[in-house]
Amino acid sequence: MKNLVILGAGTAGTMMANHLIRHLKHPEWNIAIIDEKEEHHYQPGYLFLPFDIYSPKDIIKTIEEFIPKGVQLIKQKIDLILPKENQIRLADGTDIQYDILIIATGAKIAPEETEGMQGEEWQKSVFDFYSFEGALALRDKLREWKGGKMVVHITEMPIKCPVAPLEFAFLADSFFKHKHMRDQVEITYVTPLSGAFTKPKATDALEHLLHDKNIRIESDFAIERVDNENKKIIDYGGREIAFDLLVTVPTNKGDELIGRSGMGDDLNYVPTHKATLQAKEYSNIFVLGDASDIPASKAGSVAHFESEILTGNILHFINKEPLTEEFDGHANCFIETGNGKALLVDFNYTHEPVEGSFPFAGIGPLSLLKESRMNHMGKLAFRWIYWNVLLKGTHIPFVSATMSEKGRNYEEITEH
Amino acid sequence: MDKIIEGKKITVNEEGFLKDFSEWDKSVAEAIAAEEEIVLTPRHWEVLEYLQEQHKSEVALSIRRIGKSGVLDIKEFYQLFPKAPLKTATKIAGIPKPASCI
Repeated sequence: MKNLVILGAGTAGTMMANHLIRHLKHPEWNIAIIDEKEEHHYQPGYLFLPFDIYSPKDIIKTIEEFIPKGVQLIKQKIDLILPKENQIRLADGTDIQYDILIIATGAKIAPEETEGMQGEEWQKSVFDFYSFEGALALRDKLREWKGGKMVVHITEMPIKCPVAPLEFAFLADSFFKHKHMRDQVEITYVTPLSGAFTKPKATDALEHLLHDKNIRIESDFAIERVDNENKKIIDYGGREIAFDLLVTVPTNKGDELIGRSGMGDDLNYVPTHKATLQAKEYSNIFVLGDASDIPASKAGSVAHFESEILTGNILHFINKEPLTEEFDGHANCFIETGNGKALLVDFNYTHEPVEGSFPFAGIGPLSLLKESRMNHMGKLAFRWIYWNVLLKGTHIPFVSATMSEKGRNYEEITEH
Repeated sequence: MDKIIEGKKITVNEEGFLKDFSEWDKSVAEAIAAEEEIVLTPRHWEVLEYLQEQHKSEVALSIRRIGKSGVLDIKEFYQLFPKAPLKTATKIAGIPKPASCI
């Protein structure tokens, strides 16, 4: 019997288990998935926790209920990947041999990378919302906060869901309006990028929205440290921004396991071929979702599109056929803009998000890059789709893994 | 978009980045630096060469990686190319603006 092992039972790993069980059957193949955690969190929901839009029960389920029958779930901490020996070493010392390995260990925040971020003010006036604990602590703070300077801040790229900080700023605007205290709050959006987003077309649309909502933007800000005493963030050029409440997205890093195993780059991401998803150094290792270093968004939608292509490539690999170089970096994200509206963006490695309709050219019902209530309904419906369709590896009708160019006016991105 | 530097025609994008590195030379670098109000010293040239080498070997450039490069620290990078050092330095070096991922 041959062994396929998946590391990580988050969005990406769970989807792969569900895809592969349909193709790799006993007794020829055994599929195992390893994760030490008990709970599966709907991570896009962290954005809504601080504003009391979702409560913890909306976003937490058990890992087990999404692992298909026939896949062995091993709930243990992983000590090491030994890629030369084709082995996984568990924390209890057990070694597991694999024929094919899929790394889906994700990414998480590393506030310790920035001086002073986890200082005295951490979870007093300095918060993150990329972790469950952080989002809950921020919820408690926002329930009683009386106003002042709110700074929404990105430490450095890449981060999971690069639009979430913008959504946070938009939702904050809407939240304080409903509490009749918007005039007591000054919102500033601070980014290391030279604009609101990485792609120029979407940046124009989003900066317009920031302006409309009276949110100030400070760009090209590379933070050096958090000054807890004077409540300021300071960048390497000496620029200072004062805050009463700092909502920061700390540096994101791949799992420490990747670093311990000597398989990652400086941020613990595994070097990966961007079109095939095969690890650059090991032909029988594939990397899915946030764990890889490919220049696509770190987002569930990307993992979803990748999983369809990776399933094909794993089967090609088993049959000793050439891998398909098909993954195009397709990402599809709803951007909450507050007041019950949302934008939708669809883009890939080479094409920028533009206006148009989705998923049907000229019909919609969702509109790309334009605020609408329908898009907001789409975002809320997405939680149901996530639990019931996406994790189960079911293909979402009419939405293809590679991007459709119909009904939109694309401009090619020429340099990268 | 075309631009004339020292009588030579250069093609740049709307942010002022060169579209073709073969059009780059030291006088082009000096002209772009002057627009950014930077006078290039020997130390600037060392950093620009380092960035060009990194680009040639397809290493993705980021502030973090430059800080860990051993070539210079981030503070010095800001002193040499104030405000947005990575953007400014890559523009002067004639290489594309780092995508810094999405």
